[in-house]
Order: sequence, then structure tokens, then C-alpha cells
Amino acid sequence: MDVVQLQRQLVDYRTSLYHEGFLDEQFTQLQELQDENNPHFVVEVVSLFFEDSERHLNELTTALEQQSVDFRRVDAHVHQLKGSSSSIGAQRVQQVCIAFRNYCEEQNVEGCLECLQQVKHEYSLVKTKLESMFQLEQQILTAGGSIPM
Amino acid sequence: MTMEEKMGGSIGEDGGKDRFPVGMRVLAVDDDPICLKVLENLLRKCQYQVTTTNQAITALKMLRENKNRYDLVISDVNMPDMDGFKLLELVGLEMDLPVIMLSAHSDTKLVMKGITHGACDYLLKPVRIEELKNIWQHVVRRKKPDSKDQIMAPNHDKAGGGTGEAGQTSTGSSDQKVNKKRKDQSEDEEEEGEDNGHENEDPSNQKKPRVVWSVELHRKFVAAVNQLGLDKAVPKKILDLMNVEGLTRENVASHLQKYRLYLKRLSSVATQQANMAAALGSKDPSYLRMGSLDGFGDFRSLNGPGRLSTASISSYQPGGMFGRLNSSAALSLRGISSGVIQPGHSQTLNNSINGLGKIQPAVLPANQNQNGTFIQGIPTSIELNQLSQNKSINRFGEFNRVNDPNVFGVATNFPDARMIVGSSSNSLSTASGNHLLLQANVQQIQHSGAFGNQPSVGVTSLNQESFDVGVRGSSNFLDHGKCSENWQVAVQLSNLPSGSLSTSEGFSHEQLPTNNLQESISWTNSHLSNSPIDLSSSVANSARLEDSRGDTQCQVGLNNVIQNIDYTAKQQWGDHRQDYNGNLNHSFHRVDSLVSASGSMMDQSNAISSKTTDVSLFSQLSGGIPYVVEHPQGEKSAFDTKLRSNEDFLFDQTKPQNGFSQNNFESLEVIMSSMIKPEQNNETALMDGEFVFDAFPLGSCI
Repeated sequence: MDVVQLQRQLVDYRTSLYHEGFLDEQFTQLQELQDENNPHFVVEVVSLFFEDSERHLNELTTALEQQSVDFRRVDAHVHQLKGSSSSIGAQRVQQVCIAFRNYCEEQNVEGCLECLQQVKHEYSLVKTKLESMFQLEQQILTAGGSIPM
Repeated sequence: MTMEEKMGGSIGEDGGKDRFPVGMRVLAVDDDPICLKVLENLLRKCQYQVTTTNQAITALKMLRENKNRYDLVISDVNMPDMDGFKLLELVGLEMDLPVIMLSAHSDTKLVMKGITHGACDYLLKPVRIEELKNIWQHVVRRKKPDSKDQIMAPNHDKAGGGTGEAGQTSTGSSDQKVNKKRKDQSEDEEEEGEDNGHENEDPSNQKKPRVVWSVELHRKFVAAVNQLGLDKAVPKKILDLMNVEGLTRENVASHLQKYRLYLKRLSSVATQQANMAAALGSKDPSYLRMGSLDGFGDFRSLNGPGRLSTASISSYQPGGMFGRLNSSAALSLRGISSGVIQPGHSQTLNNSINGLGKIQPAVLPANQNQNGTFIQGIPTSIELNQLSQNKSINRFGEFNRVNDPNVFGVATNFPDARMIVGSSSNSLSTASGNHLLLQANVQQIQHSGAFGNQPSVGVTSLNQESFDVGVRGSSNFLDHGKCSENWQVAVQLSNLPSGSLSTSEGFSHEQLPTNNLQESISWTNSHLSNSPIDLSSSVANSARLEDSRGDTQCQVGLNNVIQNIDYTAKQQWGDHRQDYNGNLNHSFHRVDSLVSASGSMMDQSNAISSKTTDVSLFSQLSGGIPYVVEHPQGEKSAFDTKLRSNEDFLFDQTKPQNGFSQNNFESLEVIMSSMIKPEQNNETALMDGEFVFDAFPLGSCI
């Protein structure tokens, strides 16, 4: 594929992600932070996000599996997840976290479990999408092109 | 959690002044790596210099290492190792840096909490770069009153305070002119660099040199506030009363604010203390005071919130301070005596002294653990207060004056209740709230041991060590280093006669320059460093008094006291009580033995100490040095009585050691301070010592 096509593809893809709410303007800010001094900033941060989120999701799963659920612990993880997802602009994940926290406050295990499922789902969605996007970017770069903003 | 990154700007260094806010040094603290990374980059984009850490404790350490290294702190609210609000308090107390809170929650209550704890701003995650672009205004706002006024002073002196005191902190954009004007208004003879110790005086307008609230300055401040009445104390009046050149109304206003917060904290501690006092003091009113001292102990417990237990200690502050403290902050702290607090100096003094006496028992044990003379540590306590360093310093200075200003000063520094400690405690609190005090105390105690002979230098070092030992336990330890530093400074001030403090065993009577000692002690106390130190100082002071007496006995008593104080201080540390307990117990034992051994001596020493305490207390309290002077003579008998009670106290103390330890600490400090102070006419000097004692507010250690 030629570079121009790839670039167009990337732009379209990105736009769709915003439209669908997977990403929000915070992500745009991240992109703006990336520059020649910091060429891989976005990828780095997003990778960090993946790692961290997976850890939180695992912890959440474990915590909610307990006989007697420690809601404070659950809340702490959800809070973190909310913070980090909002920091990179993973909007849908963030929104599920908000609902999740409400259930935590109510100490509603059912609700929490449901939210956990949702979060996991949203997370894997956004992860897939971002990874695809990065791949596209990489292809462009390999083809000698530059990443359009 | 976001870590606040401080821009390691050169703003403080004057290098980046011109380019401010470019290069502003920010320290970011957040346990969430993603947020931290994003924040870091956002800040870099704003051209700030960023340092990050994901642990609050590390952040504190970095801040303590070099206060001037950062201009601003951004901290997340929810962190695993330390509550963001606590960090906020500590930073505010110790370093007086603007802190911005960051959180993913926009809960109004949290925001409110952030503001009441002193945050300059509260941002929500995700943070946007637009918001970060303006955070430099907080730095300017803080510095403006100090530096700008200072700088501008010469030109605009007396320009006519047309502007009147425009709010203490001019808005971020306040221009120099405004500052000047304000300055003029607040002080007629504004002299550049008059700052009571400006440490970072930046010639440029960008940063205003921070006013260093030395012990003296603080003392003046406290005295002024007490004179006016905490409720009625307005910056302008305080400023006028203090009559310090180079001090601006803004400086006073912000200091007042801190002091008030400190008092508030103390009051909560005080209530606890009161309980303790009740438990302890049944012997006589003085004991009650001691209770207040215990208050320190309580203070310690209070420290839970991270407030300096100083509050309790403050209550100890004899005379003026207490009175003020009580009134304003509901110093309830401590039991110290609500009576103690009363402005009635004599009363307070007695109380304080009693407290001191009591402290002795408690203190002694502490010394045991310490390297040696506890007394030495005393000076350290002063340093403790140094925590806030600047803050406390001011405080102490005043101490001698008898004005409570010192007391206040201390308090102000500590937004927490630390104030109670009296001058010393105040400083302690300022620093880091409880932790600081504790640390300070601890240090002091430690130092006291070391202090023994070396006039000031020795002391500090000792404390430092001991402090570390004791303090280690407490997480809140503010900075050992800091304390010791302060301590040293304090010590030096005191010119303690070598050997006067000498190890607990032998208090040499050399004359510790009471005055100096007092001062240094107070100073140290102000240092926030640890309230324990205050005790040391007080003890040291008392020791001095003893010297005057020329009894070895006194020394012993003092030693005991010191130890007790240390002990108490340690106890105070609430957090690390356990660590201390060991010491305390030890010290207590020591005390007991000492006490018994030198029954008579104790009395004497106590008497002496009491005197001193009284003296100091009085001086501090009433700001009437003369008070003190007279006491020594007349009080002697009174003291003796007190001593006895103290002894009893001591014993009592030993009993509840664990529980009490905390209180003891405080009381010890009080005692110590009181002891130290009464030294002969140096009343003022004594006051310092006493003050220091207050600083003991080991509670602050909390």
C-alpha cells in the first residue's frame, strides 16, 4: 500500500475511534505532547496503560471472587483504573469505571461483577483498536511516510 | 494518583527568575504511573522542570533534602503510602511550598479537604495542559509578599500605603508596585532583607524571598497575637506590634493563617491531652499542666491526623502562648492546662513548670536511651521546631521576648495543632505537623543526650543520632537530618557551656548560657524537628538552671527530665510509639532510679527546673521577662513542691508508660522547656528553653 493511502487510512481510523467514544480529546493531548524530543511518547504511555490496567483487572477479579468482598480494595483499583484511563483518553473504559465505583459504594457485588465484565470488555476493545492504530502508524513509518496528526 | 512534579525550575535559584514561569521546578507525586507520566510530559510541555516520584515518602525526602530545589508540588490525593492530604500538610508546614492536589474524584468534600489542608489548588484528572499552564501563579502568589515586598521596600518605603493591605498574597499577577505598597503599609521601615531571616531572597521580582520565621520572630509574633487575642489578631496589628523591619503584612498574614490552623489542630489534640492530663495530673494544677504536656502525648495520638502533637505541647507553653492557644484554637490541647494557657503568666508558668517537673520523670527515661545527656537534646528540640525552619525560627526568637509570639510562631507553622507546644512546639508543628514535631522531639531528645557538654554543636549531633534512633520508627519523622540541622543551629546559639549539659549522668553545671540555650532550644524547637528535642532543650535549660544552682543534683533531675522528655517525645510519636516505648520504658526506669537516687536532688533540680520553666514559661507567656527573673528566687520553694509533684509525676508516668509515653513526651517537653527556661534571669532565655520544651509537643511527632 502506498504511504498516502496508509496515512488516509490512519486518519479515518482515528476519527472513527473518537466518534465511537473509544478515545477522547485527552488522547489528542497525548499526541500533541509527542514531538521530536519525545518521539514515542504515545506508544509508551499507552503501553504503560495496558500493563497497569491488566494488573488492576486481575486484582479486581480476585477481589470480587472472595467470599467476603473487600470493597475498599475494589474501589481503590477501580479508582486507579479510572484515573489512568482518563489520563490517556480511554473514554469508554473511564465511563464504565464511574458506574463501577457507584456499585462499590453501594457494596453491590452483583453490580460490581457486571461492571467488571464490562470494563474488561471495553478495555480489550480499546486495546485492540489502539494496537491496530499503532500498527498502521508503524506501517506508514516503514513505508517512509510520516504520521499525520 | 498523580504525582506532582515539581518543576525543578530555577526559579528559586534566581537563575530562572527572568524566564519564570519557564523553568519552574515542580515535583509531581502520584502512584499511578500512567498519570504520572502524562503529567510529567504535560508539565515539560509547559516548560517547567519536572521531577517525579510515585511515593509520597520519597517526595517528602526529596523536599526535605533541599527546600529550595522545588517551587511547587503537585500531589495525588489517593496514594498507598501516605494520604495526599497528609503530604500536603507536611509540605505546607515544613517547606511552605505551594501544593496542588490532583484527583480523579471531584467530590466536593475532597476538594474542601484539600483547601482546608492548605492546598493552593485542586485539579481533576485527567489534567489538561491549559490548567497546568497557570499553576505557576501559585508560586508567585506565595512569594510575592515576601520577596517582592522586600525588594521593593527601599523604593517604596513609605510610599504611602495607598494600596493598603491588599490581601496578603497579591494575586499571581500582583505587580511589584502593589507589593511595594503593601509593604509600605505594613511596615514603615521596610528594609530590604530585613526579613527576619529571609533565606531566599531573590532580588528579582519573580520570587519573593521567603520569610524565615525564626524563633525570635515567631516569638514576637506569638506575643503579638496573644496580646491582641487570637480572635482579634489581625495581620496589620500583629505586624505593628512586632515591629520588625522587613516583615510584611502578608508575611504575617500567612503566618497567622498557619498558626491558626496549627492551633486548631492542637485543640483537637488538646482534648486528647486533656484526657491525659486528667489522668496524669492529679497532683496539682501543675500536673494538669503536665497533663497538657501529656497533651503532648495526646498530641501524639492526635497526630494520627498527621497533625503535630505540638498542639499538646503548645498548651504547655506557658503563659502567653497557652492562653492564646487556648482561646484561639481551643487549645484544649491539652490540658496543659487550660489554666496554663491563660495569659496569667505566673499561673501558666507554674503550670508549665509543673508540667516540666512532671516531664522530668518522663523525660529521664528518654534520655537513657539517648546518647547521653538529654539536655543536650534540648537544644535539639529547638531545632525540631526548625522543621518549618523558617517558620519556627521566627517563633522562637520571640520566645525570649516573653511574648508569645513565639508560641504562635510555632503554631502558625504548623497548621496543625502543633501550636500548642508553645514556641517550640509551634515550630515543630509547622514543619510537618506531627511528624515533624515528633521528629524534632526525637531529635532533641537524642541530642540532648549528646548535648551534654558541647554547647550547641554537641547537642545537635547527639540529637540527631538519638533522634534517628528514636525517630526511625516513626514514619512521620520529618527529617532527621533536618532536625539535627536545626538542632545544631539551635545549639550553637545556645552556647551551652560545654559540659553543662553533659550526659545525663553528670549535668555539669557549667553555665549553659541559659539565654542562649533557651534560644537555641526554642529555636530548635521551632525547627519542627522534633518535639522531643524541645524537651531536651528545656531539659537543657533546666540543666542550666541547675548549674546556676550549682548542684549536681540538678543535673540529675534534668537528666531525668530530659530523658523523660525524650521519652515522652518518643511516646508522642504516636506512630512510632512502639519504637519509643522501648526507649521510654527504659528511660522511665532510669528516671525512676534517678529519681529515687536523687530524691532530694530531684527536688532541687526540679525546683530549679521548675523555676526555669516558670521563668521561661512566663517570659514566654507573658513576654515579661522580668517575670522570670523573679521567679527563680521566689519560686524556688514553689518549685520544690512542684518538683516533688514532678517526681510523683514521674512515677506516675512510668506507670502508664506506654499509654502515657505519649503524653509524657509532651509533658517532658513542657517540663523541659520550663525547666530550661527558668534559668536565671534569662528569663527570656529560659523562655526559649521552655518554649522549646513546648516544642516538645511530641505530639507533633505525630
